[in-house]
Amino acid sequence: MNTLVSSVVALGGLGVTVGLGLAYASIKLSVKVDPLIEKVRDVLPGINCGACGFTGCNAYAEAVVTENAKTNLCIPGGARTSVEVALTLGVEPEATRKLSARVLCQGGNAETVRKFEYQGVSSCHVLNQTAGGDNACPFGCLGQGSCAVVCPFDAIHMNENGLPEINISKCTGCGLCAGECPRSVIIVTEAEHAVDIRCRSTDKGGVVKKYCQPGCIGCGRCVKICPFEAIELKDSLARTLYEKCTSCGICVKECPQNTITRGPLFQRSAAPHTVHKQCCSIDN
Amino acid sequence: MKTFPHGLHIPDYKELTSQKPLETMPLPQKVVIPLSQHIGAPASICVEVGQTVLTGQTIGKSGGFVSVDIHSSISGVVREIKPSLHPLGRQVQSVVIESDGQDKWSPDIKPGKNVGKLKSAEICKILQSRGIVGLGGATFPSHVKLTPPPDKKIEYLILNGVECEPFLTADHRLMLEKPDQILAGLDILIQALGVAKAFIGIENNKPDAILLLTEKTQNNVNIEVVPLDLKYPQGAEKQLIKAILDREVPSGGLPLDVGVVVNNVGTAYAVADAVLENRPLIERVVTVTGAGVNNPRNLRVRIGTCFEEVLNFCGGVKDDAAKILMGGPMMGMAQYSMNVPVIKGTSGILALPTDQARFAREATCLRCGSCIDVCPMFINPSLNGLYARFKEFDNSDRANVLDCIECGCCSYVCPAKIPLVHLIRYAKGEVLAKRRKSA
Repeated sequence: MNTLVSSVVALGGLGVTVGLGLAYASIKLSVKVDPLIEKVRDVLPGINCGACGFTGCNAYAEAVVTENAKTNLCIPGGARTSVEVALTLGVEPEATRKLSARVLCQGGNAETVRKFEYQGVSSCHVLNQTAGGDNACPFGCLGQGSCAVVCPFDAIHMNENGLPEINISKCTGCGLCAGECPRSVIIVTEAEHAVDIRCRSTDKGGVVKKYCQPGCIGCGRCVKICPFEAIELKDSLARTLYEKCTSCGICVKECPQNTITRGPLFQRSAAPHTVHKQCCSIDN
Repeated sequence: MKTFPHGLHIPDYKELTSQKPLETMPLPQKVVIPLSQHIGAPASICVEVGQTVLTGQTIGKSGGFVSVDIHSSISGVVREIKPSLHPLGRQVQSVVIESDGQDKWSPDIKPGKNVGKLKSAEICKILQSRGIVGLGGATFPSHVKLTPPPDKKIEYLILNGVECEPFLTADHRLMLEKPDQILAGLDILIQALGVAKAFIGIENNKPDAILLLTEKTQNNVNIEVVPLDLKYPQGAEKQLIKAILDREVPSGGLPLDVGVVVNNVGTAYAVADAVLENRPLIERVVTVTGAGVNNPRNLRVRIGTCFEEVLNFCGGVKDDAAKILMGGPMMGMAQYSMNVPVIKGTSGILALPTDQARFAREATCLRCGSCIDVCPMFINPSLNGLYARFKEFDNSDRANVLDCIECGCCSYVCPAKIPLVHLIRYAKGEVLAKRRKSA
C-alpha cells in the first residue's frame, strides 16, 4: 500500500512540476508568428520552386506580409494566386504575366551530327563534361533530359528525336529548367510570344551547316524583313528582342533554314500585343 | 610478397605484347603537337607559321613553374597553329608540322655531359627545358616533383615499374631492353633529390624484369628491387608507397608529405636522355594492343603522330573493333576520332572488339558494398555516386570525393553496372570548380 502511494505521489509530483515548467516555457519562449503569414502561405502553391526570388513559399509569404513584396511574384500561381494573396492581405492585386519556357534548339538526333555514341550517366551536366557532349554543335541541346527531370509540373518531355518538348498548358514559367540546362538552350519568356528563333549557335554559317540542318547561319534575312526591328544579329546568330516582337510571323516564312518557328499559341490574325518592358529576353 | 589493402585481381591480357620487342615507328609525314600535354599551365608558342624547325627544337616555352617546354618531334615546316582535338576530348592549341623527311636534329643535342657536378636546381632546369613529365600517364612535370618545399624532408625515391594497367607492356619492355639507361636516370633522380635509398617496385607478373634489374643493381646497396604481389591499382603512387614502405599518404596530401617521391621507369629513361644527351622528350613507348588490332606491338612513337597512322602501322584495326582507348581499359580515355595525336601521356592505344566493349544497362544499387570493399582509397563510391547524381556537391566534398584516383575498381565490380567513376569524375570537377570560386 505504502509503495503504491509513494510511487503515485512521486510520479504525479514529477508530472505536475514538469508540466508547469513546460507551460511556463511555452508562454515565455513562444515565437510569435503572424497568422497572416500562415494564411498567405496556405494560398501559395507550396512547391518551393524559388521562381519568386525568395527561398521558397514560406519566405515569400513572409516577404509579402512584412516587406510589402508584390503579390504577383509567384509565377506558377499566376493571376489566381496574385488575387488570392491580395484578398488575404486586403490589398489591390497586381497584374500578372503568364510566362512559359521554350526550347531554343531544333538539333535533335535526326538533325545534328553526333560525334560519338554516348553510353553513360544520363545527365546533361555529366555529358557536357564528357568530351564536350556527343552533339557536334557546341551550343545545342544535349538530349539527356535534365530539364524534364527537374520540372515540378511534368510539363517537359523528351521526344523520340531527343529534344525536350514543353507542354504550354502545364508550364508555369518557373524557370527551373532554364537554370538546369548546361547549354542555356531553354529560356523563359511571356507565353503569348509565339515566334522563336530556335538556335543558340554563335558559330559562323558554314560551320553550323556542317553539323546542324536547321541551325541559324546568320544570313540576316529575318533582320531585314522584320517590320518591328525585333530581331538583332550578333555573332552570326539572330536573336529575338521579345519586348519588340509582335509574333506577326513574317520572319518564319523568310528563314531559309527553318530556324524560326511558330509556337502553339501562334494566331495568324493576332493583333500586336502590349509591350512589356520587363519581360525576359535572351541573355548575353 | 608486399602489396596494399583493397584493390582488385583482374586479368591482365599482357601476353599480347609482353614478348614483342620495342620497334621504332617510321617517321610520320605530319605531326600535331598540342601545347598542353602536361598538368599545369600550357606552354606559350615560340614559332610562327611557315618557319622551318629541326627535330628537338623548342616550339613552346613553359608557361609557369608547373609547366614544361614543348619540342618539335620531327624536322620540317610549321604549317598551322590552330586548336585541334586532344586525346582528352578538348580542343587544344596545337602546332602542325609537316615533315621534310630528313629528321635533322637540333645542333644543341649532343651527348657527353658531366653529370657528377650538376646541382639539384640545374638538373630541374634541364628537365623543365627538355619537357620531361611523368610518363606513367598523369604527365606531372618532373622538375616540380624534384623541388620539394624546404620543410619537407624526402627520404626515399620509388621507381615505378609496376604497370598494373591491363594490356600495357610499354614499361615492361623498356625495363628489359634499356635497363642501363633507366638506372642512369635513377642515379640522376637520386642525385637531384639527395636521397639515400631508392626502391624499384615491379609486379611479379614481370619476373624477367625483376631478375634483370636485381642483377644490374646487386652491387648498389642504395637501390633495392621490390617484387610486388599482382594487384590493381598497385601502380598508383599512393598504393605503391603503401605497398613498399607501409606509409599512408594523408587525405588530400602528396607523396612528399610522407617523405617519398615516386617516378615512373619511363620517366627515368627520359631523364637520362635529357640530362646526359640534352635530348628533349619527343618520343615515347606506346603499346598498341587489344583484340581489335591486327598486329599488337610495342612501338617507339614520335609525339604528335596521329592514332590512325600508329594503328595502320600495326596492321590496322579489325572489322569488329568497337572502341579505341588512349591508355588501358581501366583508366584509359575513349576516343571518338582516330585523328588525335600521341601525346606525352599516351602509354598505350587499345582497340577493343564489340564483345569486350559492351556496355551493360544500369540497374539500381543493390547495397552490396562491393565497391567499398575494393576502393583502394577507402572512400565510399556508391555514396559518392548518389551525391553526384543529386548534385549534393558539399556532401561529395565531405565524403572525400577528391581523394578518388579514378582507378575504376568500383565500376568494374559493381553488379548493378552503375557508372560510378563517371559520376565521381563529374563530382570532382564540380567540387574543384566550387573551391576555385570560393577561393
